[in-house]
Amino acid sequence: MRRIRAWLVRFAGIFGKDRCGREFAAEIESHLQLHIEDNLRAGMSPEEARRTALLKLGGIEQTKESYRDRKGQPMIETMLQDLRFGFRMLRRSPGFCLLAILCLTLGIGANAAVFGWIEGILFRPYPAVAHQEQLLAVSGTDRESGRTAISWPDLVDLQKSCTLIDSFIVSKIMGTTLSLGDRAERITGSIVSANYFDAIGVHPILGRGFEPDEDSGRNAHPVTVISYQLWQGRFKGDPQIIGKTQRLNGVLHTIVGVTPEGFYGTFVGWAMQFWVPVSMVEVFQGSAYKLEDRGARWIEGFARLKPGVTLAQAQEEISAAAKRLETAYPATNRGRGIKLWPLWQTPFNNAGTLLPTLEIMLAVVIFVLLIACANVGNLLLVRSFGRRHELTVRLAIGAGRGRLLKQLLTEGLILSALGAAGGLVVAYWCRHALVLLFPARGGVSMHLPGEIDWRVLALSAAVCLIATLLIGLVPAIQAGKIDLAGALKADSGGSVGGHGKSRVRSGLVLIQVSLSFVLLVGAGLLLQSLQRIRTTSPGFSTREVLETSVLLVSAGYDVQRAQSFQDELMDRVKALPGVESAVFARMTPLSYGYYSSSQIAVDGYQPPPEEQPTVEYNEVGPGYFATLGIPLVSGREFTRADDEKAALVAIVNETMAAKYWRGRNPIGERVQVKGRWMQVVGVAKDSKYQSMRELPKQFFYVPRRQNFSVGADLYIRTRLSPETMAATLAREVHAMDPDVALYEVITLQEQVDRSTSPQMVAVTLVGVLGGLALLLAAIGLYGVMSYAVSQGTRELGLRMALGAGASNLMRLVMSRGLVLTAGGVLLGAAVSLGLTRLLGNLLYQVSPRDPLAFAAAFAVMTLASTGACFLPAWRAAKVDPMTALRHE
Amino acid sequence: MKSDKADVWQGTLAVMVLKTLETMGPLHGYGIARRIEQTSGDLLSVNYGTLYPALLKLEQEGYIASEWGVSDNNRKAKFYKLTRAGRRQLEKEAREWDQATAILARFLAPGEQRS
Repeated sequence: MRRIRAWLVRFAGIFGKDRCGREFAAEIESHLQLHIEDNLRAGMSPEEARRTALLKLGGIEQTKESYRDRKGQPMIETMLQDLRFGFRMLRRSPGFCLLAILCLTLGIGANAAVFGWIEGILFRPYPAVAHQEQLLAVSGTDRESGRTAISWPDLVDLQKSCTLIDSFIVSKIMGTTLSLGDRAERITGSIVSANYFDAIGVHPILGRGFEPDEDSGRNAHPVTVISYQLWQGRFKGDPQIIGKTQRLNGVLHTIVGVTPEGFYGTFVGWAMQFWVPVSMVEVFQGSAYKLEDRGARWIEGFARLKPGVTLAQAQEEISAAAKRLETAYPATNRGRGIKLWPLWQTPFNNAGTLLPTLEIMLAVVIFVLLIACANVGNLLLVRSFGRRHELTVRLAIGAGRGRLLKQLLTEGLILSALGAAGGLVVAYWCRHALVLLFPARGGVSMHLPGEIDWRVLALSAAVCLIATLLIGLVPAIQAGKIDLAGALKADSGGSVGGHGKSRVRSGLVLIQVSLSFVLLVGAGLLLQSLQRIRTTSPGFSTREVLETSVLLVSAGYDVQRAQSFQDELMDRVKALPGVESAVFARMTPLSYGYYSSSQIAVDGYQPPPEEQPTVEYNEVGPGYFATLGIPLVSGREFTRADDEKAALVAIVNETMAAKYWRGRNPIGERVQVKGRWMQVVGVAKDSKYQSMRELPKQFFYVPRRQNFSVGADLYIRTRLSPETMAATLAREVHAMDPDVALYEVITLQEQVDRSTSPQMVAVTLVGVLGGLALLLAAIGLYGVMSYAVSQGTRELGLRMALGAGASNLMRLVMSRGLVLTAGGVLLGAAVSLGLTRLLGNLLYQVSPRDPLAFAAAFAVMTLASTGACFLPAWRAAKVDPMTALRHE
Repeated sequence: MKSDKADVWQGTLAVMVLKTLETMGPLHGYGIARRIEQTSGDLLSVNYGTLYPALLKLEQEGYIASEWGVSDNNRKAKFYKLTRAGRRQLEKEAREWDQATAILARFLAPGEQRS
């Protein structure tokens, strides 16, 4: 208590020191006078009386100083003093200061921006959702692929049997076309379970969320909750919105609620605009009522853990529950499990897609920070030569080395704090920048916000402190080595004693060069794999094939109407000038959606007891293979004759043929799909189905006519541009039914590019930051070389006087710089060999030790450092021996 | 090293200052120094200067209060006086000191050492 009081009084004592100083001087004065009078009374002479009194008091200055220290808080005061002094020093060299702060702004800003993205996309992706740390993503698993969707009956059973999980929620992304007034636009929404809003703690600002009974009944609850943005934008903030109706996918829905501002749903990558209950799944998923079908797996969702439960505990419980489901329902659940994922690994949204990129980014920005710190450390070091005299004098008049160190670190802190402030501004500007790297789809741009919250701020502050230590320590250590006598004797400048420092500076440059080399190699590898991935043939034509979607589901078409509409449209499209062929198919290759998969049985193939062959397939129209340019190895294409009335047929791909018929020709053999036997009529070449990076996998095709569903994509083989075709198609569709909207028309190449956009993003980001790192390293090298030249002027003059030519001097300086570079490149190459493996699954058909990438990085680095050394070397060559020798 | 010695001195010095003020009533710095010197029988001979930081510390802790006044021989001087908290602190310190010395005395008693 007393201590705190004293501390506070002392803290207050920091201020108003002058007055106190005067008062204390007066007190000491009166003390002396009293003592002198006593001494006089004791019979001393005036001089002796004064002398004794002074002697007895002890040094007045010491007394005053210890009194001053006691009066205030010496710690804080020296800090304030250091700060004031630091600011003064920095203001004296604004150029240096600006450069240093700029470097740190870039270094810390890049870190803060990536922290912000990681926070906003991976760790806390859903603004306004309560307790996101308790949310886990849920997916199914099967033997073949890592994950599947989940069926509703399974989810209901899991909800009943898992005690550690508070609630399971469904959140399945879908889209519709919203026609309001004269404007139709694509909007994204979610099919959610009725407990959705309660479970995530989001309460509608108008109306209500969903009620428990809205989970059941086939299409029984056409109600929707809309987002704040949709309400404000398309519905113009209508205060009477609740209870109004809106047609969605052809069904009139009653608007029952509006969510709060700043809530964007629960899907990383897209902002949700409306929500409907699971009972409406048939309307939005376009095929069947799936709530009673345990085999219909369509659900993506989340589980909220009870407080204090860990992922491992919950996973154990849920696995046991999945095992029970396997036993109880072997027909649908054999070999299947349920898996929980932390939000940042969510497999079904863009968190999973961006995770590897963001991991790499984290490593890259740390590199950039280190390079920036090395640069600023170097700058500070140069300055500390200029200040050697000052530091020496301060040491000589009795400043402690600790005090000097504190002063230098304080200056570092000022720089990095200013850099961090700038960096946070940069990060704030960049928080929505990721979206710019992704193409908009169907006129809707992605939603990938960075989040600058207190965690990001705290982490950035930590980065700032680390930077302070890194940049402040080098000159501080140097200052600690000052040899008093030597430094005072050898006045200023010269190359005496500069040797150790130049070695430190060269070391820093070495680090910079090697770090930027690593980044260059990384950028090279990524660029190469992007090249590969974009030039690899996906197994279908990417040029001259356009792809679009006619949104019949959104327009509320049933199977009958859809069939006749599609038939008529097909006739119209094929009649258009410039169109070679056209076809409808259920799914687009390399798109976000899942292909249907089915258990199959093959005549003459006896699966091992635990294996249940399941293969994905697509439903395609006649002429599909010709239109997409997928070659048939044998057999025939589907034709118009393969309709409802004809015998059931299928076309398998090469991998599937090899697996089940082992070298025999499968044509004419039978395969059973969903309990129906079909005859194989053709074998198609393998192509890419879900992703460019997948390995060859089993796949088969069935005719659309024999497995009809309303939703379908349209492919057109033509030389016309997508824009021309879009206009023509829109006219045709409008002529048939003005309520039907057309999705955007893109080339299949565009489709491939979109599916590889994570690689594109990685290349762009690593490329930009790699370039930045290169620039910083070049500046560092330039700084070291020009300093070496300016310090070695005398040596250069001497050499010249002794007969060295300009070209000799130039070679001397250049070779010194290039030796540094070579060392850095060697070190960087060694580090790269170890590190590039981390690029792992971002690389596509490129070895992490690809010699081309290393060679390219080497070439760029050499070029940059030659450039950086050239100017100092040229200056060295221009040295005039007379001035140089007279110089000192 | 220097500061260690000062701490030991200051620790006991604080008690001496408080005791002096208790016996003598309000007194200026010089007076306190002289009084301590006399009471200790000139055994303690320290620079008077070290007294002032100690006085400041006691004041910051609230055990003493200061006020400018006039000395017997009409000199302007700063007078220190014991506060109520200071009185309590003195009692406490004296008690602790007694205890400490009593314990130490028992250790050092000649009879005990021999057994």
